[in-house]
Amino acid sequence: MTSPTTPPARRPAGRRAGASEPSGWWAAVFVAPAVLGLAALYVWPFLSTFLKSFEDVPAFGPATFVGMDNYTALLHDEEFWKAFGNSALYTVIILLGVPLAVVLAALIEQAGRGRAIYRVLFFLPVVTLPVAVGMVWRFVYNGDFGLLNTVLSWFGVSGQFWVADPRFTIYAFGVVGLWMSLGINMIILGAGLRAIPKDLYEASALDGAGRVRQFVHITVPLLTPSIFFVTTLSVIAALQMFDLIFVMLRGVNNTALADSKTIVYLFYEKAFVQFHQGYGAAIAIVLLLVIMLATALQFRLQRSWVFYG
Amino acid sequence: MVVPFVWQILTMFKTTAEATRFPPTVLPETFSPHAFETFFSTVPFWSMFGVSAGALVLRVAGQLAIASLAGYAFARIPFRGREPLFGLFVLMLMVPSQLFLIGQYELIRGLKLLDTLPALAIPGLFSAFGTFLMRQAFRTMPKDYEEAARLDGANPFQVFWHVMLPMARPTLAALAVLTGLYSWNDLLWPLIVSPSGENRPLPVGLAGLQGQFGTDYPTLMAGAFVCSIPLVIVFLVLQRQFFAGITSSGLKG
Repeated sequence: MTSPTTPPARRPAGRRAGASEPSGWWAAVFVAPAVLGLAALYVWPFLSTFLKSFEDVPAFGPATFVGMDNYTALLHDEEFWKAFGNSALYTVIILLGVPLAVVLAALIEQAGRGRAIYRVLFFLPVVTLPVAVGMVWRFVYNGDFGLLNTVLSWFGVSGQFWVADPRFTIYAFGVVGLWMSLGINMIILGAGLRAIPKDLYEASALDGAGRVRQFVHITVPLLTPSIFFVTTLSVIAALQMFDLIFVMLRGVNNTALADSKTIVYLFYEKAFVQFHQGYGAAIAIVLLLVIMLATALQFRLQRSWVFYG
Repeated sequence: MVVPFVWQILTMFKTTAEATRFPPTVLPETFSPHAFETFFSTVPFWSMFGVSAGALVLRVAGQLAIASLAGYAFARIPFRGREPLFGLFVLMLMVPSQLFLIGQYELIRGLKLLDTLPALAIPGLFSAFGTFLMRQAFRTMPKDYEEAARLDGANPFQVFWHVMLPMARPTLAALAVLTGLYSWNDLLWPLIVSPSGENRPLPVGLAGLQGQFGTDYPTLMAGAFVCSIPLVIVFLVLQRQFFAGITSSGLKG
């Protein structure tokens, strides 16, 4: 790293003396901690995970190179495909929360003084320990005396074991995940809403457009960049779901657990419970590929629906 | 939206027998403190709280220092290889955190730090996202102050510390809140690096409570409440910083 000695031409000549650009030596000192940490704790672990995915790594003893064996095994592993399907289903449910967040964010922006209170209420699940959220919802979903079944019984609907019955588990998780993500999505969308010029609404009101028409023809199109951002982030986060399964199923209900694992849960189990690090690493690499593909797909699709005014 | 929380709070004052009755009662028949007694007598809450708080402080302070220094250099000090190096940070920003866990675990184990408080905080000291966020903040600041300070003979660290960092305060606050939120809520990493159960932070301890008191719902609800409330209070005080943090990042750390 050498110091750039020629000052940029646009700087006024009078300032040049004594105000030279700091040298590269200073830059090295400034970035050194971050770069060393990034190298040791991110770049190297990433490469190591990549390499391990081609190895058989026993809990003790040296690893052996096995080529694509882990990946081939993965593709023939029913448990993996089940987890993949579960993660995909969970992600779809979370995405259903995005339109809901758009409507709610628009309503709250118009709530005037009540806005602050609503924002706090919707944000509470975000700042509550996810583990605690899982525990509370497990109680709400309880098949014998849970709140949900109680409410359903008022309407004559018979209750279900929402968490313990694998037919419902992922849907039950999806509802909790959606509930947890609303607050985040609404905050991001709210920032987008406030960036929409007010005069557009005034002009359309003069033309006789009602609230609903304004929402459909002004708010939603102009909000599409924010909606796209929220959608992309939601997919990435949903594909990494772990906490809820760990809290609501592990050690509590093992029969449903077998059918309800997500990709990241399976990764955790293989790499850190059973210590099959090679196999676990392969799952992690597949997760990366899935997230990259999903994100690339969304960037491609955005051309047809995101409006950059 | 808050119904589950209301239900939680009502339940934690009920007796176990009342909480598991069908149909359930709405208000507790008698306000029973037994759930809190059971929780505090069986769970080392204060030591877990200390671990969670210690890890949070270490992680937030460390990350702010390291990320703002690097972010400033990436934004304002030209040096050879700056752009490719920064590109590496952006690349790591896009990789999901699970891809790092195996290597980070090996490193922590190699350093004989498993089951210690530093193990919880170390990976989070370094953040591609934090560096990125700080760089963006410094890039948008006017150059005049910096040049004036330099003319007065300040060295680059003095310029950074006395001139630029104070101007970055809103971004620092947003990053601090976001990093704190992650640190406090994270379950997977603490689970991996505290295999023996010593020096557990709250999420790990709370998850363990479920196995112990599977059906004692009042105790579980009380535990969930007690462990969550510290951050909720911080949020109520620092709402604006929380919202700014979320907006700037979309909760990607």
